[in-house]
Amino acid sequence: MAERILLLVGTKKGGFILGSDGDRRSWSITGPMCGGLAIHDMSQDPATGTLYAGGGSPWYGPTVFRSDDLGATWSQSSEGLTYGDEGPKITAVWNVTAAHGAVYAGVGPAGLFRSDDGGATWRHVEGLTNHPTRPTWQPGAGGLILHTIVPHPTDAARMWIAISAVGTFETRDGGDSWEPRNAGVRAGFLPDPYPETGQCVHKLVMAAGEPEHLYQQNHCGVYRSHDGGVQWEEITAGLPNEFGFAMVSHPRDGQTAWVIPLNGAENGRYMPDGAAAVWRTHDGGDAWIRGAEGLPQENAYLGVLREAMARDELEPVGVYFGTSTGQLYGSADGGRSWDAIATTLPPIYSVEAIRVPG
Amino acid sequence: MAVVVLPRSLAHVLPGLPHRAVVEGSSVADVIGALDAQWPGVRDRLCDAGPAIREHINVFVDGERADLDTTVRPDSTVHVIPAVAGG
Repeated sequence: MAERILLLVGTKKGGFILGSDGDRRSWSITGPMCGGLAIHDMSQDPATGTLYAGGGSPWYGPTVFRSDDLGATWSQSSEGLTYGDEGPKITAVWNVTAAHGAVYAGVGPAGLFRSDDGGATWRHVEGLTNHPTRPTWQPGAGGLILHTIVPHPTDAARMWIAISAVGTFETRDGGDSWEPRNAGVRAGFLPDPYPETGQCVHKLVMAAGEPEHLYQQNHCGVYRSHDGGVQWEEITAGLPNEFGFAMVSHPRDGQTAWVIPLNGAENGRYMPDGAAAVWRTHDGGDAWIRGAEGLPQENAYLGVLREAMARDELEPVGVYFGTSTGQLYGSADGGRSWDAIATTLPPIYSVEAIRVPG
Repeated sequence: MAVVVLPRSLAHVLPGLPHRAVVEGSSVADVIGALDAQWPGVRDRLCDAGPAIREHINVFVDGERADLDTTVRPDSTVHVIPAVAGG
């Protein structure tokens, strides 16, 4: 059966969907969707095919959009997406992830919400908000944001989440209780560089088929864990910078992952030396390979935000990234060579790749 | 019944929402509730926790700036206007 690849692209001015056939060379663009609201994450429920888009606007607040027809039409709801009349106001949805029949939303100020009716209504996962370390959580430059949700592939009670400038947490009881998972991760900006919490995790991904094998792109380096995040090992050596936001893992090979190193936190946060590149590892992070063919190598002061890289499930794997200045690039050979897919989109917050029947 | 003039940009988020609606209500809160009954989700787009009108949404009743408690008369016109901001 013929298949198509759809790229779900969240931007400052709404969601976009780009479509291509299996060759991944010619792309159509549809959008902006979702009312033109800033969309920080778009994803698909693998069980139902439903699309979700989370974001918000200064005028109309945070919300989660839903589409049951691959983006032709959208509805939205934020009913229950609140800390209550006495709590802080939620400013935006930063991640929306469906798993095991539920949909989860990560929001700012950092917290987790769950929907059991496809996004129509939401309830607060209070166990995380009530964690004993909560009084110590301090926002990073981008705010106090729960930006990453990684469900266990088979155990619905297990999940990892990541919060900027706070760290990674895991639940093993469906969200009632959580444990920090930051041992071995540097927080070079704190007096104690290895605290229980306070690390600025930027992106957390799981190795294919290995739920205990995790990778992390952090403010202070790249890391791997082989025990579900209980202990982390730094694997930054070989990369030009420890700083970066985006990271993706291979859909079948647990030893392969991609990152986009950026100049340091106070040094512009753009591609080092103004030369765009995506780095990959095929051995779990022991060594890194630079991939830049087809990417601009001069005056390319590009930044890529944490949710703005994706991969598809084809062979060879396609890899995609979007920049904070509206360029979208794609590789059909696992990151070795690249082409510009779109160059005039609004600032890109997120990229996701899904496979649909042609 | 009061006339409510709604921002066209809100219809992009809530398809089918009219630019002008006629609803019953003796306060801004009641009017928003009546709108929400016909077009579910309107309240959450106009109101935040508190409850209060969202910070960057301005509501006027008969030309005067209003909040949720402001009285609305049967012959009132209520304007909902997003603040001038953004980029």
